Amino acid sequence: MAKDTTLIQMKDISKSYDGEIVLDEFDLNIRENEFITLLGPSGCGKTTTLRILGGFTKPDTGKVIFEGTDITDMPANKRPLNTVFQKYSLFPHMNVAENIAFGLRISGKSAAYINDKIKYALKLVNLAGYENRAVTSLSGGQQQRIAIARAIVNEPRVLLLDEPLGALDLKLRQEMQYELIRLKNELGITFVYVTHDQEEALTMSDTVVVMNKGYIQQMGTPEQIYNEPENAFVADFIGDSNIFDGIMIEDRVVEICGHKFPCVDEGFGRNKPVDVVIRPEDIIIGKPGQGMIDGVVTSNVFIGVHYEMCVEAGGSEWLCQNTRSFPVGTEVSLNVEPENIQIMNKPQSEDEEAISLEEVLGEEQQEE
Amino acid sequence: MMKKLFSAPFIIFILVGTLIPMGVVAYYGLTDRTGAFTVENLLAVFSGDHLKALMLSLLLSLTATLLCLIMAFPLALILKNSKIGKKGFMIFIFILPMWMNFVLRTMAWQVLLEKNGMLGFLGIINTPVAVVLGMVYDYLPFMVLPVYNAMARIDDSLIEAAYDLGASRNTVLSKVILPLTVPGIVSGITMVFVPSLTTFAISNMLGGGKVNLIGNIIEQEFTTASNWNLGSGLSLVMMVFIVISMAFMGKFDKNGEGTMI
Repeated sequence: MAKDTTLIQMKDISKSYDGEIVLDEFDLNIRENEFITLLGPSGCGKTTTLRILGGFTKPDTGKVIFEGTDITDMPANKRPLNTVFQKYSLFPHMNVAENIAFGLRISGKSAAYINDKIKYALKLVNLAGYENRAVTSLSGGQQQRIAIARAIVNEPRVLLLDEPLGALDLKLRQEMQYELIRLKNELGITFVYVTHDQEEALTMSDTVVVMNKGYIQQMGTPEQIYNEPENAFVADFIGDSNIFDGIMIEDRVVEICGHKFPCVDEGFGRNKPVDVVIRPEDIIIGKPGQGMIDGVVTSNVFIGVHYEMCVEAGGSEWLCQNTRSFPVGTEVSLNVEPENIQIMNKPQSEDEEAISLEEVLGEEQQEE
Repeated sequence: MMKKLFSAPFIIFILVGTLIPMGVVAYYGLTDRTGAFTVENLLAVFSGDHLKALMLSLLLSLTATLLCLIMAFPLALILKNSKIGKKGFMIFIFILPMWMNFVLRTMAWQVLLEKNGMLGFLGIINTPVAVVLGMVYDYLPFMVLPVYNAMARIDDSLIEAAYDLGASRNTVLSKVILPLTVPGIVSGITMVFVPSLTTFAISNMLGGGKVNLIGNIIEQEFTTASNWNLGSGLSLVMMVFIVISMAFMGKFDKNGEGTMI
């Protein structure tokens, strides 16, 4: 789906507000036609990154390069990209058609062309026939679609989306997610999407960039991010997870809570402290004595698809998810398949830090 | 019941202070000295001197309104784009004169513009120019506030969206900021135009009796001429103008920016 040609390069971008560093020597490559999501908690710098791409915020240092041209100093109205804002930002004094036509009128397109484009865009966002509606009379989801239509009629090379689904309710949000994927495939343009919702990021993206405190924590496909988190922050932020202090006894053997577990990781050395991540759905609950470690169920909550249970074992709490319910007080055993145990270096180990970007290392330790 | 009781002071105030006097004005305006019904007092506005005064009033108040608008719009734009602390200070500076008695402020201009005054060399005292100056000075804050209010309400992301869609600065100003400021502009126009149209204090002090506005004529009918019937009749005609501009304001100002003051 995504071609391997770089469309936008962000190089050494730094930005601080009132002495507070938001982005620090930030590098990012965006490939043509990919759906790339910047994911992170609020204050991680994801929106600032998007605003720098859109031309609304000037970086203190660094360059934004678009197809080989430096566009760092290019004002927003000259950039070949369009933005869908968090608050939709439709012009309240114009109707739907006028809103969509805004960009086209500025670029001096003919009336016939503009009309065709409005019809086409409204059809694309499933709002055909809404031309003369007042934007204030539309629901949040409809307004968001108009905002998308208003952006895409200008045929931008890149569409920037700043938490566009944040204000919508869950059902509508899920619908819009599929809608966005469909749009992206139909239009064949690059989407840069900003969100703090990990589910949204995993559902829609070709590439997910997990950010925290102005640094990239991990970049990869949704599967890589979920299954092979590179550090405790990513593991914790993406989905539920158990993060244990462990000791890598030797290759393929890790000790968690005083018990040795077989795993598939190698090359960490001997008797080395590590972080161990185990996803709750990967823990197999069995009869006492049948697993690696025995414990007692301390809580049990039904959350829809499955039961979420806490098991006290080996002096730690293990968060488990299972479609079968084990009542509180039940004695159980826990087991984990070796490939479902994810071993990560402790951030202290400077030279072996899992994060690929060297410059992130120093700061990482301070944060931990 | 209790709620009605609490609003009683206000209702009594409105009744005694506004509704009853208006009834009295209407009575005097529609009768002659003998108490017989007549519309002559209303039609008197079309007589030579009165019509001239009314036309001059319209001309001067419209000029003052336009000048206020020309000053207020860029000022509001600057205010909108300034930093919070600076913004508060600038608004304070502009509101400051409003806290002083308006007669006092006008009198200060009188002293400044007098022949021997600091600005006497301008030679505009006792001319319509001085009256317009007084109107602009006295009523400018009433234009600045609603215009600024309307402008401050425009979400910055709307302006960013316009830039994002390729708009130049001028296009953003004319296609986004200006149309969204219209309710404030209309409020401001009404709030400057109505008091300017009916003023007699400013024209008395800065016009030196040489600039006769419709307000002065009405005042004279009540004081020196002691013709309450004619004064009331002319007042009723003025009321029509005020009602028209209020209706004009109501049509545009749906969000009630004008009620902010």
